[in-house]
Amino acid sequence: MPFIPHTSDDIKTMLDAIGVEKIADLFDEIPKELLIEGLTHVPSQMNEMQVSRFIKDKSRVDHSLKCFAGGGAYEHHIPAAIWQLATRGEFYTAYTPYQAEVSQGSLQVIYEFQSMMAKLTGMEVSNASMYDGASALAEAALMAVRANRKSKSKVILVPRTVNPVYRQVLHNIVHNQNIKVVDVDFDSTTGTVTLDNLAQYNDQDITALVIPQPNHFGVFEDVDALTNWAHDKNTFAIAVVNPTSLALLKAPGQWGNDGVDICVGEGQPLGVPLSSGGPYFGFMTTRQKFIRNMPGRIVGQTTDLDDKPGYTLAFQAREQHIRRAKATSNICTNQGLMVTGATIYMALLGETGLKQVATACMQNCTYLKQKLQEAGIKVLFNSPNFHELVIQTEKKPQEIINDLAKVGIIAGVDLSGFYPELGNVMSICVTETKTQADMDDFVANIVSL
Amino acid sequence: MSYVPDNFKYVESHEWIEVLDNGNVRIGITEHAQNALGDIVFVELPEEDTYAIGDECGVVESVKTASDIYTPLTGTVVAVNDALEDAPELINENPYDDGWIFEMSIDDANELKDLMTAEEYRNSIEDEE
Repeated sequence: MPFIPHTSDDIKTMLDAIGVEKIADLFDEIPKELLIEGLTHVPSQMNEMQVSRFIKDKSRVDHSLKCFAGGGAYEHHIPAAIWQLATRGEFYTAYTPYQAEVSQGSLQVIYEFQSMMAKLTGMEVSNASMYDGASALAEAALMAVRANRKSKSKVILVPRTVNPVYRQVLHNIVHNQNIKVVDVDFDSTTGTVTLDNLAQYNDQDITALVIPQPNHFGVFEDVDALTNWAHDKNTFAIAVVNPTSLALLKAPGQWGNDGVDICVGEGQPLGVPLSSGGPYFGFMTTRQKFIRNMPGRIVGQTTDLDDKPGYTLAFQAREQHIRRAKATSNICTNQGLMVTGATIYMALLGETGLKQVATACMQNCTYLKQKLQEAGIKVLFNSPNFHELVIQTEKKPQEIINDLAKVGIIAGVDLSGFYPELGNVMSICVTETKTQADMDDFVANIVSL
Repeated sequence: MSYVPDNFKYVESHEWIEVLDNGNVRIGITEHAQNALGDIVFVELPEEDTYAIGDECGVVESVKTASDIYTPLTGTVVAVNDALEDAPELINENPYDDGWIFEMSIDDANELKDLMTAEEYRNSIEDEE
């Protein structure tokens, strides 16, 4: 039974009224080459019993292995209170509510979230969240093209040290909009982008430079030098950051002489479970002067007629229900439920707790690096790490990953396909969730292969 | 009925055009337009650049909506009203004077003949008011 209440007669009446023969004709304006004929990877149908069995089998994989994989999604301890509170009926929706102002509690959560993200990133304003870190980067590129009125080139420089998946998503979203995404190479000794790598662009009109921190190799970029390089030539600086690391690092709002223009990142490390890849949420913060170019929703604080504090959606005039095709973005909703979890996570841990988590990550990573090196395993790059490092191996990374899976360990992320010039490389991540015994066991297993 | 000064020219998209003594034109939005928009909270001013007739060159944002400003003539923007950055409400208060938005040097004075007169503009907005 189709879940559409219209009868064939209803549909025919409506099509006749507008002079169209069949529903497919309504989509004629979409170029044929963009249409996909059939979704070969999606099974045609499953019944309820089959679906619940399929999902149960998938979910069994979660939590059953010791996870040393990072690559953009990070395992952290999530205090039980967070999802106990976030899944209360009052919060249990992924959307900013319709008739938003009726839901003062939801709006206040978003307002607190924005305040926390602005503080954490050292920026002036935050939106109510984006879909994930990768799409947030793409939105930041689109925003830079709108907001950087001193640049006409629509060229975005993206170091190869930015997560390769983010770079693919960025390309997919912006390449049809006359925006050129250009890869920038990295220094093979440090594993970071240096001013030498950027030198060929010194005299070119560049709209924005993306600066990852820590980068995809887990090491720290010289963010001050990169931000200043960008600003000296009227190029926007876009930070892509891990929020946990900001508890210890200099906030992007303070990078270089004047701080970055836009800061984005993946919010999952802030209390959102790995869940085999999602749902997660992205965040975006910027300067007050660019607020009209920022996509997404913004909640503001105000006072009502009785002078009591109240919360309201702000800057709606640039959103799609008013600006239509000229809206800053088609993001009209946000990852409200994930944001609720993250807000409670940040509130519960506080500045001190977040620092403890970040410190434990760094200490564990330092310990693991030392143990790996002592065991004769080659750790690439001579830069300090946050909670991730890259090793170079004789065996193919995928074989190592397969072998360690047999002893209950997710060994890491295979990077060899993304960086063929580095040979057999994989990244390994260690957060506060691992003990020294876990790490010793990991090293012993990898050595025994 | 909104006030429509006799000595200005007009276009359908509700911009007014005043021909200055030096041959340049000064452009803003009409009283009718600011009334329809409501309280104006932000103006994105044009860049000093060249434009053709009908190009979008800026945005007037009110609490209700955001509306594009179009260049009514072909030419170059030579001045913008910086005062609107801090006081966008000038457009509500005094749309034909302090609330001007930008000035252009125009390429072809013949284009002025195609603009609406005050009388024609009054007739065009009559139904809306």
